[in-house]
Amino acid sequence: MEYIIIVISAIFVNNIVLSQFLGVCPFLGVSNKVQTSMGMAGAVTFVMTIATIVTYMLQNFILVPLGIGYMQTVAFILVIAALVQMVEIILKKVSPSLYQALGIFLPLITTNCAVLGVALLAVQKDLPLMQSVVFAIANAIGFGFALVTFAGIREALDLVDIPKPMRGAPIALLTAGILALAFMGFAGIV
Amino acid sequence: MSQLSNFTKGFLRENPVFVLLLGMCPTLGTTTSAINGMGMGLATTFVLAMSNVVISLIAGLIPAKVRIPSFIVVIAAFVTVIDLAMAGFLPALHSQLGLFIPLIVVNCIVLGRAEAFASKNGVLPSLIDGLGMGLGFTFALTLLGATRELLGSGAIFGFKFISGDGILVFVLAPGAFFALGFLILIMNKLAKKQS
Repeated sequence: MEYIIIVISAIFVNNIVLSQFLGVCPFLGVSNKVQTSMGMAGAVTFVMTIATIVTYMLQNFILVPLGIGYMQTVAFILVIAALVQMVEIILKKVSPSLYQALGIFLPLITTNCAVLGVALLAVQKDLPLMQSVVFAIANAIGFGFALVTFAGIREALDLVDIPKPMRGAPIALLTAGILALAFMGFAGIV
Repeated sequence: MSQLSNFTKGFLRENPVFVLLLGMCPTLGTTTSAINGMGMGLATTFVLAMSNVVISLIAGLIPAKVRIPSFIVVIAAFVTVIDLAMAGFLPALHSQLGLFIPLIVVNCIVLGRAEAFASKNGVLPSLIDGLGMGLGFTFALTLLGATRELLGSGAIFGFKFISGDGILVFVLAPGAFFALGFLILIMNKLAKKQS
């Protein structure tokens, strides 16, 4: 039951992008095509889950016992940077086409605040390991869900004649606002 | 480029938020009021200026392969400094901004300036660049925060001058997207008129 609440809360009620504003950069940047955004969502899911497990270990077995909790930010970001590098190397070998498609945004997962944000949130909430993992996966699904939905809307928007000053960022932000408004409808479920 | 234009470019011409669309997460997440936006902006300015200075000093010593991780460590150190300092001296603001203070470390603006400017320039230009970009970011966040606070609760910086409740949605999540969208729309319109 606890797990179900974590999942529903992370995907719908407190959606990481639309209500917590984490990972907005890739949300606005890679969301032109559904295909690309799915690849991005996959990469983020992978990195986010592993990052949360590793940072959980780091926090509870190294930082806390040694009493150096203030090194949290430095230690976490280094672990995430190393992980992203690893994912990049693996993707390059396993799926060159996906690697091409993600292009610049893969190294940018390092500076995707959603990954560090979820790792920090899981530690702050003092979740046990299993719940941290579920929390990370659910948040990654929430991220992917928002990203793919938004990409679908933007693909349709390409066919519309939009007033000139509104093209690009403004229309994307307004669309995201309406999407966030829709997600507010889930408030109160859990 | 003169030092003055180096300093002022962050305000409008290369404003990190309105023009470059960098650092969207804190921009949207912390601007529920003008004072929160300003606090977040100034914290980022501190990190930006200090990390620019340090990175411009050590850029020559770092091998190219470990450049980005080294920059991130420097930035993370200053983020920890401002995080602890704010927790000590401004606990109320610190708890309002919450997660977004440690997340300055992943703000694209900070790493972007380190990579694009500080690693290639001297100490003084880097400091000025960091301050200019940081204050431009602060300006954008304060403007967005003030807009949302005015529409959402009829106040600016906590001074209420419109009676009544305001439009609640502007303080909530969707309002952040709407307000920023319309601010960029106005900026685009003005920029087009000028050219």
